[in-house]
Amino acid sequence: MVRRVGLYAGLLVAVAVIVLPVVWMVFASVKPEADITGNPAQLLPEHVTTQNYREVTRQIPFARQFLNSIIFAGGVTVFSLAFNSMCAFALARLDFPGRRALFIAIILFLMIPYQVTLIPIYQLVAKLGLMNTFPGMIIPRATNAFGIFFLRQFFLGIPRSLDEAARIDGAGDWRIYARIILPLSKPALLTIALFDFMFNWNDLLWPLIFTTSTRMETLPAGLALFMGQHVSQYGVVMAGATLTTLPIVIAFLFVQRKFIQGIATTGLK
Amino acid sequence: MRRSGVRARGGLTLRARRSLSAYGFIAPSVIILGVFLAWPMIWSLRTSFYEASQFAPPTFVGLGNYRKLFADATFRGDLVNTLVYAAVVTPLAVGLALVFALMLHRRLRGRSFFRAAIFLPAVLSFGVMGIAWDFVLDPNIGVLPRWLQHVGLSLGNGVNDPNWAMAYVMFVGVWKNAGFYMVMYLAGLSTIPNDFYEAAAIDGAGPWARFRHITWPLLSNTTLFVFVIAAIASLQAFDQIFVMTHGGPFFKTETLVYLVYRTGFKDFEFGYASAVAWVLVFLVFLISLVQNFYFGRRQVKY
Repeated sequence: MVRRVGLYAGLLVAVAVIVLPVVWMVFASVKPEADITGNPAQLLPEHVTTQNYREVTRQIPFARQFLNSIIFAGGVTVFSLAFNSMCAFALARLDFPGRRALFIAIILFLMIPYQVTLIPIYQLVAKLGLMNTFPGMIIPRATNAFGIFFLRQFFLGIPRSLDEAARIDGAGDWRIYARIILPLSKPALLTIALFDFMFNWNDLLWPLIFTTSTRMETLPAGLALFMGQHVSQYGVVMAGATLTTLPIVIAFLFVQRKFIQGIATTGLK
Repeated sequence: MRRSGVRARGGLTLRARRSLSAYGFIAPSVIILGVFLAWPMIWSLRTSFYEASQFAPPTFVGLGNYRKLFADATFRGDLVNTLVYAAVVTPLAVGLALVFALMLHRRLRGRSFFRAAIFLPAVLSFGVMGIAWDFVLDPNIGVLPRWLQHVGLSLGNGVNDPNWAMAYVMFVGVWKNAGFYMVMYLAGLSTIPNDFYEAAAIDGAGPWARFRHITWPLLSNTTLFVFVIAAIASLQAFDQIFVMTHGGPFFKTETLVYLVYRTGFKDFEFGYASAVAWVLVFLVFLISLVQNFYFGRRQVKY
């Protein structure tokens, strides 16, 4: 009994510390600036205002950057889901010269810190005239070694007898891929799609480098740059932070159980 | 079974036709990985041997950039910062993750709430939440320093304090990743057969003995994997540093990735920045080697 109480106490303290910045962010976003600076020890808002939200949408092209985030993160997710699953299907199910070499290359690519490729990609994207464009931001990320590896591992676990039966019935590779493998891989596809979306929605360095205009930045980059210039407008920055974070938190709350299970059970271990 | 050599439509062997179909599947990924990963890697290695900038044509300098690098006190400081950051954040994040996983593996009221809450930072933007932490920890307006004052603790002058800044960004680094590693540990824990614990209980083993002799050894693969992932992620620290300290004060929190960003995209010294990036590749490669070495020797089977 005492141990149980200790366990709960420990967990509650840990959770309180973990969610503190999120809670503070949301409360600060509805506080008048004077309350944030005047009474720092107070967590709960005394006066509630929408001023900060009106201010942040006035000072940065918020709707536009929101749209940029959706197009960028959504675009990367859709393309990489298609290309990664195709490549993973070939690696897991088809026989072709170079398969082993490709798989070894994928494993090697897994270990490369992506920052090392930034300068050449930047030069390439600039030379192609794709700076400040969605293709420039999306195409370099339209596939990734991690997704291919992850899906290959999952596809290997699907019984081969299923596609062999389909093959006898005259189904070709594309039909087997689209009608058998993909429908049976929904949990893995969902997990990897969320990963891709989250990673790109949240990423800071990439959009900082491939966009130079405020109208093309994604939300985290726009907010980080805004904060660099307006550090003292705490409430306004937190209103922007709340709006940036909210979509991801809502999406996470909807799928959290499936998502955590997905990570735990679909080979990511 | 189909064999190669059987002629099919169009004069191609069946085997060739099937390979062709496979190449169709891999083509988009292979082209993109080739153009935006393999080629940039080779190009950046090449660039690291050149004095190259945005404005002047590149000139070959051999190992010049690397020599300049190691003679540069800022780079040496950043290298030390990166290693210290990784050496502190990795074990802390992994250790906390294990503790959380052990707590939340058993049946417990509110288990999925706790799991979700602890996992939450993993889905949030590191950059945006770095801003929130910056404010929460701020010595003037932050709520945490005020609360800690009541119990007699001081956090110094916040991220502007050269002695504290690194501890701040490390703390946020641990906060961001512990929940994610917890989920990996939960996956590892779920693969340990329950019989082991039942047998140990019959033998009269206490909780510590059960952890020491069953859980810990059987989790060694998970631990190793999580450790490697965590170490590689720590070596790439950037986001929270960019928003909280900009590498300051006095470069006290500048990491290698930050240096790549600063020299590459602020100063446009592509050659120098590429050399820094390759030092990072080398470090990551070393860690992967250690992993392979250990995996070869102490893989636990059961």
